Amino acid sequence: MLSVIRERWRQGHRTIAYPAGDLPVLPDRYRGLPCVDGAKCPSECRACADVCPTDALRFDAGVRIDMGRCLFCTDCTSACPEGAIAFTREFRTAARTRDALVTDGAAFPLARAVDAKSRRLFGRSLQLRQVSAGGCNACEADINVLATPVFDLGRFGIKVVASPRHADGIIVTGPVTANMRLALEKTYAAIPDPKCVIAVGACAISGGPFAGHDEQHGGCEGILPVDLHIPGCPPHPLTILDGILRWLGRIESSGAPTIDRDSNHSCGTLSTDTHAISTPYRP
Amino acid sequence: MTVITDCVKTFNSKPVRQADVPVVRFDDFRDALASTLASRDGELLALFGVPRGPQTVRVYGVTLEGMTGAIGLMATDVGERYPALTRDVSQAHWFEREIAEQWGVVPENHPWLKPIRFHRSYSSGRDAWNRVVGGAILPCVMPEGTDYFKIRGDEIHEVAVGPVHAGVIEPGHFRFQCHGEHVFTLEIEFGYQHRGIERRLIGGPDKRTLPLMETLAGDTSIGHATAYCQLIEGLGRVVAPLRAQAIRAAALELERLANHTGDLGALAGDVGYLPTLSYCGRIRGDFLNATALVCGNRFGRGLVRPGGVGFDIDEPMAAELRGRVEAAHRDVTGAANLLWSTSSVMARFEGTGTVPLATIRALGVTGTAGRASGHDRDARRDTPSGYHRYAQIPVSTWHTGDVFARAYVRHLEIQRSCEYLIENAPQLPAGDVRRDIGPLMVDAIGVSLIEGWRGPVCHVAMTGAEGTFSHYKVVDPSFRNWIGLAMALRDQPISDFPLCNKSFNLSYCGHDL
Repeated sequence: MLSVIRERWRQGHRTIAYPAGDLPVLPDRYRGLPCVDGAKCPSECRACADVCPTDALRFDAGVRIDMGRCLFCTDCTSACPEGAIAFTREFRTAARTRDALVTDGAAFPLARAVDAKSRRLFGRSLQLRQVSAGGCNACEADINVLATPVFDLGRFGIKVVASPRHADGIIVTGPVTANMRLALEKTYAAIPDPKCVIAVGACAISGGPFAGHDEQHGGCEGILPVDLHIPGCPPHPLTILDGILRWLGRIESSGAPTIDRDSNHSCGTLSTDTHAISTPYRP
Repeated sequence: MTVITDCVKTFNSKPVRQADVPVVRFDDFRDALASTLASRDGELLALFGVPRGPQTVRVYGVTLEGMTGAIGLMATDVGERYPALTRDVSQAHWFEREIAEQWGVVPENHPWLKPIRFHRSYSSGRDAWNRVVGGAILPCVMPEGTDYFKIRGDEIHEVAVGPVHAGVIEPGHFRFQCHGEHVFTLEIEFGYQHRGIERRLIGGPDKRTLPLMETLAGDTSIGHATAYCQLIEGLGRVVAPLRAQAIRAAALELERLANHTGDLGALAGDVGYLPTLSYCGRIRGDFLNATALVCGNRFGRGLVRPGGVGFDIDEPMAAELRGRVEAAHRDVTGAANLLWSTSSVMARFEGTGTVPLATIRALGVTGTAGRASGHDRDARRDTPSGYHRYAQIPVSTWHTGDVFARAYVRHLEIQRSCEYLIENAPQLPAGDVRRDIGPLMVDAIGVSLIEGWRGPVCHVAMTGAEGTFSHYKVVDPSFRNWIGLAMALRDQPISDFPLCNKSFNLSYCGHDL
C-alpha cells in the first residue's frame, strides 16, 4: 500500500490547465492551420496540387487549402517553388461548417458556439457515442486520450458513453466504409433527439486518403448532418478538445492572435468573426 | 514426405526477378510448404493469389525459415478449385479464406471456408460461395452454405457482440458459444473496416501511396511506412542513408513504447486497477509527444519517406529526446511494477487466456503474442534490416502464454526499447537523411519485414514491365493473430473476454485493409 502511495506521489499532477491560462505550446514541427500566400503564386502554377495526395488545393478564390481533405503531410510546402505555403502551429482548426475548412489561413474563423437552445441542452453535459467507420485507430486513439488525466474530459461534463441510448450525439471517425454504413446509421438512429454529430479527422470529413475508393462513402457528408468538423490526420487531442469546447460555448472566443514563437511558421491573426479582416504576416 | 528445396531464397527487402520464383506442381508446392514449416521451424509470412488469365490464379507462398532469416518464395498455378492447403499446412487457414474471397477460387475441404472481409470477388463472374453477381454483400451475414460455429445442446446460448463496441474502438463482430459464463468457442468476423487499400496500390507508387501505408493501421504508421519504404528502396536499388535508418529505428521503438504503455494501462483498467491505468494513459502520450517532437505528428506521419526520412534530428533535439525517454522510462517502470506487486491484479492476469506454444506454432500466431508463449521470434533479430543490422535489441519472451505473459513481455520490451533509445538517440551516424530513388526494378518481387509493436509487418510488392506495382500484399500481424485471441477464449469465463482482448490488442483495420 505504501508503495502505491509513493508511486502516486511520484507520478504527480498532470492535468493541463487548458482552456485556462496561456495557449499550450506545441512542438516546433507541429503542422497546424495552413497559411497560403497566393500573391506569390505564379499564374497557372500547380506544383502543390500535383503532389497533394488528397487534392486539397483549391484555386477558385485565390489559392486555398481544404483542411477537410488535407492530411497535413506538407508535400505541398516542399513542392512549392515560391515558399507560398506554410503550416503554422495554430491547433484551433475546428469549424462549424464544411466550407469554413477551405482557407488560406488569413482569417480562419474559430468554431463558433451553438445556438442558445442547443447550448442549454448540451453546454453543461454532453454524452457522446463514438463510432469508428473505417478509422485507422489514430483518430480513435486521440479521442480516447481525452479521457486520460492529461486532458480530463470529465471536468467539462463531457463523456464518451457505451450506449447510443445514453448519448446526446455521435463522434464519427473513418471514411464511412460500405460495410460500416448500416451500423453507423443504426447507431445514429438509436440516439434520442435532439442530437449532434461531430466528424473527427480527414476521413470522416472527406474520405481522407481513401476518397474515391468504392469501398467507402467519402466521409459523413450526405449520410449524417455534421455539426462540427475537426480536421487533421489525426487531429491533435487539443484540436478536438478546443473544437468541442468552443462549439459548446465553453470557451468564449476571444479572437486573440496566435502566439507563434517561430516566425517562419507565423500566420495571420485568427478571427472569430468571418467579417474581420486581418493582415497576415508573411514570412 | 520428401524435402523439396526448390524455392528461391532471398532476404529482407532484397527483391528477386519474378522469373526466378519457381512455379511448381501443386503437390510439390504443398509438400514444400509443409516441410519448410515443420522441419525448419518456419513461418508462413504470406500466401496470396495473383490472377493469371481468366481461369488461373497463381498462388505465391512466402516462408520464413526459423533461425537463418532466409525468406523463401515459390508459386503454383491453380484453377477454380484446388485441394485446401490448410489440411497439411495449418498456418494457411486464414490466407486461404482471403484467396477464396478475393479471386473466387475454392480451396476444397478447407475446414472453415468463409469470407473474411465481405467484399465482392475481384474475378468477374466468379465467387467462391456462388453469391449472386451484383447482389448485396452484407458484412458478417454468412453466404448460403456457411454459418457461424455452433454448439448445440440444452442451456447452450450464443452471445453476439459488435460491430459497434462499448468503447472508443474499431468495429468487429464476436460470437461466443457459451454455457452460462463458460465460453466453449469464440468466432471473430471482420470486414467492417475494409477500405480497399491493396487494390488502390496497384499501378503505384504514386502520391497517395505513402498516406495509404501510414493509415493501413494508424497505430503502426511507422511500422508500415518503414516496411513499404525499405521495400521500394530495395526495388529502386537505393540504400537509405545510415542516419535516416537510425531515425527510423528510433521512431519504431517510440511507436512500440507508446502502444505497449497504453496496453499496460488498458489491462490495468480492465481489472479495475486505476493507478496504472491513469499513469500509463499519460505516459503513452509522453512517447507520442516524443515522436511529435521529431516530426510534428504524434503517430509519426510524414517522418518515414521513400529514400530516408522527412525530418532530421539535430543534437539539441537528440538530447531532449533522450531526456524525455529517460523520464518516461522511470514513470512507466514505476507504473508497471505496481501491477506485478498487486495480488488482486496478478490473480486476474495469471492463468487467464492461456495459449500453448503448440497452438501458436500450428496457427502461425506471431509477434508479441507469440513471444508471450515462448515463441522466440523477432524480425529485428531474425531478419534484420535498416539500423537493426548494427544496433541490436535483445528479444523478450515469457513462457506462460497467459494474460500475464502478454503483459509482462510488453513490460520487458518497454525496458529494452527505452535502453536502446537512451543509448542510441544521442549518437546518430553523420550524413544526410534522404536519397532519391530511381526507377524500380521491372518484373521483380520483394518481401519486406519490420517488427512492429504487435509483430512482424510483412509487405510483398510485385512490379510489372513498367516498374510500377502490379500486385501489392500487406500482412499486418493482426491478420495472423486474431485466431490466437479466439483460442485464448476457449474454456474461459466470458467476463474475461475484455481482458483477453486487451492482452492481444489487435488491429481491425490492419486486418481489413
